[in-house]
Amino acid sequence: MKQLLILGAGSAGTMLLNHLSKTINAKEWQITIIDQSKLHYYQPGFLFLPFDIYSEKDVIKEGNKFIPPGCKLIQAKIEKIFPGEQTVKLEDGQEIRYDILVIATGSQIAPQEVEGMLGESWQKNIFDFYTFEGAVNLRNFLRKWNGGKMVVHITEMPIKCPVAPLEFAFLADWYFTRKGIRNKVDITYVTPLSGAFTKPIASKKLGYLLSEKSIKIVPDFAIERVDTVNKKIISYDDIQVPYDLLVTVPTNMGDEAIARSGIGDDLNFVPTNKHTLQSKTYDNIFVVGDATDIPTSKAGSVAHFEAEIVVKNILSYMKNQPLRESFDGHANCFVETGFNKAMLIDFNYDHQPTDGVFPIKGIGPLPLLKESRLPHWGKHAFKWIYWNMLLKGRKVPFISPNMSKDGKNLEEN
Amino acid sequence: MEKIIAGATVQVNDEGYLTDHHQWNREIANEIAEEEGIELTERHFEVITFIQDQYAAEVPLTIRKIGKSGIVDIKEFYQLFPNGPLKKASRIAGIPKPVSCI
Repeated sequence: MKQLLILGAGSAGTMLLNHLSKTINAKEWQITIIDQSKLHYYQPGFLFLPFDIYSEKDVIKEGNKFIPPGCKLIQAKIEKIFPGEQTVKLEDGQEIRYDILVIATGSQIAPQEVEGMLGESWQKNIFDFYTFEGAVNLRNFLRKWNGGKMVVHITEMPIKCPVAPLEFAFLADWYFTRKGIRNKVDITYVTPLSGAFTKPIASKKLGYLLSEKSIKIVPDFAIERVDTVNKKIISYDDIQVPYDLLVTVPTNMGDEAIARSGIGDDLNFVPTNKHTLQSKTYDNIFVVGDATDIPTSKAGSVAHFEAEIVVKNILSYMKNQPLRESFDGHANCFVETGFNKAMLIDFNYDHQPTDGVFPIKGIGPLPLLKESRLPHWGKHAFKWIYWNMLLKGRKVPFISPNMSKDGKNLEEN
Repeated sequence: MEKIIAGATVQVNDEGYLTDHHQWNREIANEIAEEEGIELTERHFEVITFIQDQYAAEVPLTIRKIGKSGIVDIKEFYQLFPNGPLKKASRIAGIPKPVSCI
């Protein structure tokens, strides 16, 4: 039997596993997936945990529920990949040979990258919401907090789900309003980029949101260190932003196993062909989800679309045929804006988010790049779609892996 | 839109960034830098060349990457291109500014 090995059973790895198990010749190929965690997390739900909109049970399920029959799950930590020998070594010393390897080891926060961030104040009055633990600890803090200066901060790009920090600020505005303490909370959004919105159409259409919600912005802020004694974040050009509560998105990095294997860039992301999703260095390695270095968002929707594309390229590779499927960088995201509203954005490598309707021209029903109630309910319905359709590799009607231009006002691009 | 910079007609976006980096040359860089209040030296051009190489290799630019480039440390990068060095250096280098998804 030939061996196809997938590293990582997160969104990308699990979706790809389910697609492959439906299409691969099971007499010739054994599929194995490796992950160190027993649990599968619905990561988009981490945004809602701090505000008591979701609870723990909304975002966690046993990972083995999503492993199709005939596929093997190994629960272990990955020590190192040896591309030359075509083997992967596990922490317990076991070595697993592969013919084709798929890297889906994701990205994670690295608060140790900024001086002072991972000190005594970490998870006391400095929190992340990109981990389950961080989101739960922040929820527990917020339940008792009476107000003060809340700073929502992005350390550096690229980060997983680039709109999540902005959604966090919007939902915080709503949460404190509901609690009746909005006048006691000062919300400041601190970003290394030139503004909260950086694409021309989005800037023009959505610029009103921050002032409407009384969220202050500090742009072009490249953090040098956190001064936990005086409760300030300090930039390289010595701009100081004081906080009582710092909600930060630390540096995002690929898995340490990628660094140990010497196959990543300086953030441990794997150099990947942005169209075929094949490794730039090794023909029999494919990379999906957040683990790649491709220039699109690190997001579950991207992982979903990539999985549909790469499964075809892997089948072509098995038959020694050219890799014909080409990914266009498609991402599709619901952006929560608070007060039971959200908006939908749909974009790819070449087209920035624009207005129009989605997914069907002339019908929608979802408006693009415009706040309304329907996308908000769409975002919450998405949890069911994720657990019941996406992870299991079932197609979502009307949604194509590459971006559709129908229904979009692209002339402004 | 079209704009004449250093005697050459080039395509720029609303924020004055070149939309085709092939139209870039050192004279254009000097004139854009002047608009940003910066007088370019050879040291600036070393950094600009690094940034352009990264862009050509489709490597996303971050302050960290510049700091680890071995060409300039982050403090000096700020001295060379004060107030938002990455977006200013990108504009002078004729490449798009670093952006998020929206």
